[in-house]
Amino acid sequence: MSLSATTARPSPAAPPSPDVDRRRRRGRLLNRLDVKYSPYLYIAPFFLIFGIFGLYPMLRTAWMSLHDWDMIGEHTFIGFDNYTRLVSDEYFWNALVNTFGIFALSTIPQLLLALFLANLLNRSLLRAKTFFRMAIFMPNVVSVAAVAIVFGMLFQREFGLFNWLLSFVGVDPVDWDGHRWSSWTAISSMVNWRWTGYNTLILLAGMQAIPKDLYEAAEIDGASPWRQFWQITLPMLKPTFIFVVILSTIGGMQLFTEPLLFGNGNIIGGNQREFQTLAMYMYEMGIVNLNTAGYGAAVAWAIFMIIIVVSLFNFLLVRRSAK
Amino acid sequence: MSVTTRRTRLAAAALAAITAVSGLAACGNDDDKPAAGEKPAKLVVDTFGEMGYDELVKQYEKDTGIKVELRKTAQLGEYRPKLVRYLATGKGAADVTALEEGILNEFKPNARNWADLSPLVADHSKEYLPWKWELGKAPDGRLIGLPTDVGSLAVCYRKDLFQAAGLPAERDQVSALWPDWKGFHDAGLKYKQGSGGKAFIDSITAVSNGVLFQGNGDLFYDKEDNIIADTSPAVKNAWDTATSMADISAKASTWSPEWSGGFKQGTFAATFCPSWMLGIVSDNSGPANKGKWDVASVPGGGGNWGGSWLAVPAQSKYPKEAAKLAEYLTNAKSQVEAFKLKGPLPTNLEALKNDAFLSYTNEYFSNAPTGKIFGESVAKIQPIHLGPKHQAVKENALEPALRAFENGQADKAKAWEQFTKDAKTQGAF
Repeated sequence: MSLSATTARPSPAAPPSPDVDRRRRRGRLLNRLDVKYSPYLYIAPFFLIFGIFGLYPMLRTAWMSLHDWDMIGEHTFIGFDNYTRLVSDEYFWNALVNTFGIFALSTIPQLLLALFLANLLNRSLLRAKTFFRMAIFMPNVVSVAAVAIVFGMLFQREFGLFNWLLSFVGVDPVDWDGHRWSSWTAISSMVNWRWTGYNTLILLAGMQAIPKDLYEAAEIDGASPWRQFWQITLPMLKPTFIFVVILSTIGGMQLFTEPLLFGNGNIIGGNQREFQTLAMYMYEMGIVNLNTAGYGAAVAWAIFMIIIVVSLFNFLLVRRSAK
Repeated sequence: MSVTTRRTRLAAAALAAITAVSGLAACGNDDDKPAAGEKPAKLVVDTFGEMGYDELVKQYEKDTGIKVELRKTAQLGEYRPKLVRYLATGKGAADVTALEEGILNEFKPNARNWADLSPLVADHSKEYLPWKWELGKAPDGRLIGLPTDVGSLAVCYRKDLFQAAGLPAERDQVSALWPDWKGFHDAGLKYKQGSGGKAFIDSITAVSNGVLFQGNGDLFYDKEDNIIADTSPAVKNAWDTATSMADISAKASTWSPEWSGGFKQGTFAATFCPSWMLGIVSDNSGPANKGKWDVASVPGGGGNWGGSWLAVPAQSKYPKEAAKLAEYLTNAKSQVEAFKLKGPLPTNLEALKNDAFLSYTNEYFSNAPTGKIFGESVAKIQPIHLGPKHQAVKENALEPALRAFENGQADKAKAWEQFTKDAKTQGAF
């Protein structure tokens, strides 16, 4: 680029004709409009689509939850009756306990394992890094229905692989969907299988963002790898970790396909609702039972509120850790 | 112009755009009703599974010059949400809609969604199985469904396993083993002894399914649709009969992997077969077991599990012509044709006496005269009243409680308590 080009000034011209002046003024106006409003236009598609498919259904669900709503019949306004009913609904609390139980069983081991794997993958000595990183993500690409069907077969009572393996150590065949603990274990194992790799990659990205000189300094000070992990990696990883926890929370609260397919598609989730999650209960009330759609909408809002509360809790943790 | 007003204008414009888009979607094709007597160019028929209407519809097109579009949905599980959507939004429904037993009952309290067929078609009430005809009526007396098929009940059993356990294997002798449910249980115990402790039937819920329809009197609801599940003698009878079979059951509930796998493995020697189940039994058992299965009659006479009706949604623009088409598809001749093509059992009395139907045998099931066996089974059923949430009470209250008892998760009293409690919530409408 030549210097003269940038320093060259337009030669003083004769006063512009009124036509040119008008055009120039219009150009300036357009420019101002562009700067002011274009950003809105660029983000408009998101808000339009969010408005139609996100906000509107949410408000509509809220409206429905205030009614005794029959999907194919009458709608009667009943105020907050659905919500008061919810509080004393035994099956709602049962679903809540199941959801949190499966959530705990699937999130805690999963995140510990993900942390361990991420730490392994972060080693500079590891060969074929890309291969391992891809491989660990594979389960997440598999369709959830396929996972649930295959795991359903593995956990069968009569011909299942796990009962067959257990028989070698002298354990009687377990009726996996017949108890709370066993069904929760089976469902959690599906969730763990699918999401451990995903969380590993996010944690790995977090680990790679930690400055290398911290480790070098620690090394010079004679800190063992174990100590480096506890005193550098973990504290520095906290924000990423909380993010992963929030994602897992949202996923865990909405758990639906795995337990549904584990119970052969039965919406009540086990003979005594041993593994009916909140999302399944919402579906049972809101979609399957035509005449309780309003109540189902109330369950949906309850799930929304629970997710907000849990996420807020996480958010407070982040703020504290940031200080 | 201040910034704030500009912003509100922008927001208003965006809002207008949204409403325009959603408004467009909302009133897409709301044509006016055609003038009375105008002949429709096309009628749409919605069916699920295989109802065997393919050829009949072509014939109808030829006879009347009205084009008929047959929309088939394979799975009932996909079909139901579609129907609900059509009814909830008031558009999209076909002119003639097949309604399965559970769906029909559930839709009955909102009978206004359906056209009353009695003024639109001739009086056919004497031409069909009486109980089936009655079920097509809504509580307010409107006729909303014309009978198509039934899921007549029989017992499918493994000849070879029966023989090996020292039971008779020939179908008439097998039927003679169990004139009643006590006889069935005795046969089961004998089989268990003779086979070294193997299970006789797949599950006790299969038994309850069989007994329910033989109930004289109301089941989960009385005639005014009050829930009486906890006091109904017919339900108690089904419950007691089913629970008494726990000692000969393989505890493999219908549709579970244990159940479908059990056919091949011979985990159980007998199961209750509605007519539409024969194909499922043969698929699950595989070609290797061809000729090993046979069909006997059900203990206690007749039985039914499933079956459908044809209805005309109130939103149809041509209710009169649609009713005519439904009438045509359900008449005696059509029912025999449909049976020959895909196997749904007739409900029309004339069709049930038809030779083509009576002489029908099933090759996979040792050439059992299935037409005759199934035909006799449905003829014995007494008219029965099924309340609006019959299916939900049966599937989400009765059967889970029975299974909880069968698997030892609850004793008999606890399981009954679970059932009566759930029946109240499931049955509310």
